[in-house]
Amino acid sequence: MQVAYYPGCTIKVSAQHHERAALAVLRALNIELCELPEWNCCGVLHSLTDDNLIRHMAPIRMFARLEEQGAHEMTTLCDMCFNTLAQANTWAKERPERIRAINSTSGGELDYDGRAQILHLLQLLRDRVGLAAIKARVRRPLRGLTIYPYYGCKLLRPSEVAMDDPETPRVLHDLMLALGATVAEGPLQTQCCGSYHVVDREQLVTNRVAATTDEARERGAEALVLSCPLCHYNFDSFQGSNHAALPIFYYTQLMGIAFGLEPEELGLDAHRVALLPVLLEHELVPEGVQVN
Amino acid sequence: MSEQTGMITMQLMGKNYQVPTGLTIMAAIEYAGYKLVRGAGCRGGFCGACPTLYRRSDNHRIFTALACQTLVEDGMCLVQMPFVPVVSRRYDLHQIAAKPNTLLQHFPEIAGCVACNTCTRACPQGLQVMDYVQASLRGDIERAAMLSFDCIACGICSSRCPADIKHYAVGLLARRLYGKYVTPDSPQLAARVAELQTGNLIADLNALMALSQEELRARYEQRTFETSEENKEPFSAIQHYNSPMDPVDYKDEIEV
Repeated sequence: MQVAYYPGCTIKVSAQHHERAALAVLRALNIELCELPEWNCCGVLHSLTDDNLIRHMAPIRMFARLEEQGAHEMTTLCDMCFNTLAQANTWAKERPERIRAINSTSGGELDYDGRAQILHLLQLLRDRVGLAAIKARVRRPLRGLTIYPYYGCKLLRPSEVAMDDPETPRVLHDLMLALGATVAEGPLQTQCCGSYHVVDREQLVTNRVAATTDEARERGAEALVLSCPLCHYNFDSFQGSNHAALPIFYYTQLMGIAFGLEPEELGLDAHRVALLPVLLEHELVPEGVQVN
Repeated sequence: MSEQTGMITMQLMGKNYQVPTGLTIMAAIEYAGYKLVRGAGCRGGFCGACPTLYRRSDNHRIFTALACQTLVEDGMCLVQMPFVPVVSRRYDLHQIAAKPNTLLQHFPEIAGCVACNTCTRACPQGLQVMDYVQASLRGDIERAAMLSFDCIACGICSSRCPADIKHYAVGLLARRLYGKYVTPDSPQLAARVAELQTGNLIADLNALMALSQEELRARYEQRTFETSEENKEPFSAIQHYNSPMDPVDYKDEIEV
């Protein structure tokens, strides 16, 4: 299966290890991500001023460029990009005159017909590949490892673009079960991590990260799995020193481990909280493995 | 009427002038009696000193051009921009590294790009300006360098940008970083420089001088390109990018 791929800036700058792991895992599933030949920043946040067209131009341009490739569907790893692109697309499809206005503001160079859509990689894995196929590819089940799935906001809110039930999401839960892990859950799984407050209100982020990791620990989790590069940054950097920090995995990395891929392919080195100890403890990577 | 007489009307800084058809904007300005002491340079489309904004009488958009490269049209309303001011952060190329965030750190305003593509539409060189700003934003220094390679720093992009990005300064830093830190090392060049430093090249030169034009051309056409260590394909990064440059016919070049 070939799918058009929109990486987004964060994946190329600060979350390269997520992309490495995703590409390795998808190769193992015979899926080829075809990166768009030219792409721009998604706009990062969906603008709520819906009459300021230029704020919606970046995401709409990506859909137009996708259609220029003759495709109508693209996937992304980044939760922020997914959310911004999906919200802009919903906003545009609601009222076709918005698309016409953007096309004409572009000086006629854009010609979007409103038929494209964005899929988060988790959607692609759940709905197109299927958890049964993923389970069938597992070579080294994550037996004995207890994992707390963390969703954050961008996969689930607002509900118009949610890729799972906004109140009781299951996608990471089901994926972890398919990989053979034990899942610990709690109400803070869908709480915001503090997001961009990290730039000016570090304490707010620290408090939220501590509350969520405390809950995970109390419920027996040895690691946390998530999808969003921004959540990853906050959780990986702001756990404080009251407890031994929980290792923070991208779901792609755990898939790679369970698929028995080479640990070097999975970008396990680029984390502040070391990932190897918990994997070695459960004998999920070979003794003496080097990851960098 | 204008066509019959071979004269057209243009408006320069708010005043109408009759000028002959077929002149460049720059020649038309001079025909109208102005002496250009700024806003003119090479007159060949390379120096970027003659950015022009204009409107056409039948269109609501602002158009852009280089005055030395564009023919004047009937009904043009023109204004010259001798240069576009930018304030660039100073850097010492030896002290900075080619990291994914380097361009963003020096030009944080690139994060304000809304992908409106106005810069691309304004570029008289036909470059994909927005795409190289976006490549810079995500730290793809090589792509930014390649896509901005033919920039002549006229600054029209920066004058039109709603996010006040200094595109040409961003592209210049990308090309400097690419040249200094990213381009593969060239062992053949180093070896040749070492040969040159021995200084005794008279025999080589004499041998070249003795060749006929046909022999020289044959050598030129059969020249080999350097291959990099890890990749045995000849290295030519420019092949991978859509340069708006016309393909150069080297045979014609030698004919001259």
